[in-house]
Amino acid sequence: MASRDDIKFLSNPKLGQKRQKYCRFKKFGIKHIDYKDPDFLLQFVNEQGKILPRRITGNSLKYQKKVAVAIKRARHLALLPYVTDLLK
Amino acid sequence: MQNYEVTFIVDPVLSGDEIKSTAQAYEDLLKNDNCEIIHFEEMGLKQLAYPINKRSSGVYFSFEFISPVYNIIPKLELALKRDERVMRFLSIKLDKYGVKFNEDKRNGLIGKKRGGRTKPAPAPVPVEAKPAMVAPKPVPVAVQEEE
Repeated sequence: MASRDDIKFLSNPKLGQKRQKYCRFKKFGIKHIDYKDPDFLLQFVNEQGKILPRRITGNSLKYQKKVAVAIKRARHLALLPYVTDLLK
Repeated sequence: MQNYEVTFIVDPVLSGDEIKSTAQAYEDLLKNDNCEIIHFEEMGLKQLAYPINKRSSGVYFSFEFISPVYNIIPKLELALKRDERVMRFLSIKLDKYGVKFNEDKRNGLIGKKRGGRTKPAPAPVPVEAKPAMVAPKPVPVAVQEEE
């Protein structure tokens, strides 16, 4: 019904829809998360250096746990800060 | 048999030789205990994310090794703890994915992981051969036409 050709919309009807979240580790087959790569881990922390929740990153539970461990290891080695401001 | 990885930070105020001898000391310690060192990486001088022992930078080293015995880690950690030249260390057990990852990384398969795995392998042989044959030919033709 919605995909009929004769109906024209003034604005993009997909505008209000939510984009489907996915787990990038599952999608790209990444099995191991390296704690020595702070640039990669930076994607999973907010500006204060806090670990982002699963509802924002879209990670599956298995990999969210691994991300959390990797971030904590990176923090211990001073590759990532424990607390900060304006990280990004 | 178990794969381990040890990363530690050495005080940067030491001279270059002292820093190297520190890393060498742990390599020798591991070798004396029949460990097989798979990889030794000097990650170089890096800025710390927060000060440790009033230092704002440190020299990172990383070992990956296989140990036949399980009591190597306490021994190694005790030595690292007693060493004043070492500011911080972390030793972890590697699972099979970790071993695979480190191997891939050493072979340069992991740059940016998306598609990076397939790209480097086929590149050297076929791609180099063809453009060398094809590329020179069209260029002279184009030049002649312009003239």
